[in-house]
Amino acid sequence: MSRRLHPAVAGAQPFQLSERDPDAPLFGSEEGRDRLEAILSRYPTKRAALLPLLGYAQELHGWISTGDMEEIAGVLELTPAYVWSVASFYTMYNKHPAGRHMIQVCTNISCHLNGAPRVLEEFLEQTGTVEGETTEDGRFTVLEAECLGACGFATAVQINDAFHENVTPERVAEILASLDGPESS
Amino acid sequence: MAYPYRDDRETTTILSRHMGEPEARSLSGWLERGGYEALRKAVQMEPDEITDVVKDSGLRGRGGAGFPTGMKWSFMPSEPSGPHYLCANADESEPGAFKDREIMRWTPHLLIEGCLIAARAIRAPHVYLYVRGEFFPVIRILNQAVVEAYEAGYLGESVCGGGWSCDLTVHIGAGAYIAGEETGLMSSLMGGRAEPWMKPPFPAQRGVFGAPTTVNNVETLASVPGIVMNGSAWYRQWGSEKSPGTKLWCCSGNLTKPGNYELELGIPLGEIIHDVCGGPPEGRKVKAVLPGGSSTAFLTADELDCVTTYEGLLEAGSALGTASPIVLDETAEIVPAMRRIAQFYAHESCGQCVQCREGTAWITKILRRFEEGDGEPRDLDTLYDLCDQLTGRTICVLADSVVFPLRSSLDKFRHEYEALMRRGASVPT
Repeated sequence: MSRRLHPAVAGAQPFQLSERDPDAPLFGSEEGRDRLEAILSRYPTKRAALLPLLGYAQELHGWISTGDMEEIAGVLELTPAYVWSVASFYTMYNKHPAGRHMIQVCTNISCHLNGAPRVLEEFLEQTGTVEGETTEDGRFTVLEAECLGACGFATAVQINDAFHENVTPERVAEILASLDGPESS
Repeated sequence: MAYPYRDDRETTTILSRHMGEPEARSLSGWLERGGYEALRKAVQMEPDEITDVVKDSGLRGRGGAGFPTGMKWSFMPSEPSGPHYLCANADESEPGAFKDREIMRWTPHLLIEGCLIAARAIRAPHVYLYVRGEFFPVIRILNQAVVEAYEAGYLGESVCGGGWSCDLTVHIGAGAYIAGEETGLMSSLMGGRAEPWMKPPFPAQRGVFGAPTTVNNVETLASVPGIVMNGSAWYRQWGSEKSPGTKLWCCSGNLTKPGNYELELGIPLGEIIHDVCGGPPEGRKVKAVLPGGSSTAFLTADELDCVTTYEGLLEAGSALGTASPIVLDETAEIVPAMRRIAQFYAHESCGQCVQCREGTAWITKILRRFEEGDGEPRDLDTLYDLCDQLTGRTICVLADSVVFPLRSSLDKFRHEYEALMRRGASVPT
């Protein structure tokens, strides 16, 4: 999937994808080196490349391991502890492997007023997991999310990099069925 | 989706005119709609001329604070000793607000054009467009538009062949409400935790990367091309003296037709809720409205005749905020709604200031106790006390943001709290 991105957008690629390659090297590949160089060219300091690179690590691996953080710290001349302190501040960086389908149900005020708690319950029940946990087969992680910025289309649900709007408890089964079949081994 | 409110969309809309038209997303579609003409005009203008037009138009910041945009630009040094920066704040995350997302997903080139004109006005050679990380579908659309704009010579070396150069970089956040606060945004852009910093120094003196910086909201920037193209008098045909222009209203909660509506500033709030949005579903009555998003004070059903200008909503005891009315109808309960709002601020507090970090969490816990029917009379006093402690004592206004709805809910809906007191607890009179 080597593709040369325009430097203006090289650090701004959606990083919550279902296709992942947990073993791919971060900067050992041509794509990784291209991405690093393009991102660094857009900022006056190396440190500013930290968020774009954390995003890149998650895009590639699905989560950000301490090994990834150490590698990023190395190329940006930061300490691993500093990188961890930043990564841990932001909720979207997965510090543990997540399910292939990360389901985030907004339960904030506008969605709350339109029945979001019941939508969340339905997702938890149908996937058989508890909030914040991943199913044993690694398919689903279900999270209660803060405002997703789609308040007029309540209840808003984000699954990986896609938005689902006006979700009702009745639509949950259909949405889950559309994701993919059971994990084949 | 935008819902056109009036039939004469051509003459009453600036920002939403091309929402709902997928072709407007592409550069060719945008050029067919008159895109980048304002930019062509702006590159022939002196930076101060652009600032003056925007100043005269009376455009005010659309991110919540309502600071006059032209004046903000005029604080930037006119003889730069180094690079200047423009940060476009697209970290939309105020509960109730979903306007910037709509601008970006339907008309990304309008935003890019506004960014470029603003950058020329403040003499910035580089724009950072800080987009909320969750908005992946929007980010894809924006990225494509940015690459198109580079390829066609609207971005980069010699913009529109006018000899002036400007770059734009898309930068994405990763889930932190506080990155929408301007100093929090700059902390995050510099590769840090999105922790706000004390002002002064103000961003125009010392902002991102230590350089003079202006941070403008997406809707503000998207309003600029029209003003530069048509002049300040044209813009002032809408709205009031102090609140000119049009505004996107994000209407949500218990409404028949929730959505984004571009309206002239100054329409009575009740008209927006009932005539534009069809009121609550099934003919139910309005109980309360948070007129400017979750960080503004509650208004009751009796207070909806106030006019929706910055000054009108202040006078009514609330604020225009991000113009995102959240409507609660008669079936909604105030305490659980307030708990959900407080829970958001507790989750999003960056943790630097004790009042905010602890206070927002305590408020949430106390409200949860009420929700479970276990409130105590002294809890009401504690909540009022927390309102005082959280006001004006922290680096940024996140703590104040929870106080506005909380205090007004205690003042105006005390009976709902009292109904959730532990059985046997005596209610003070």
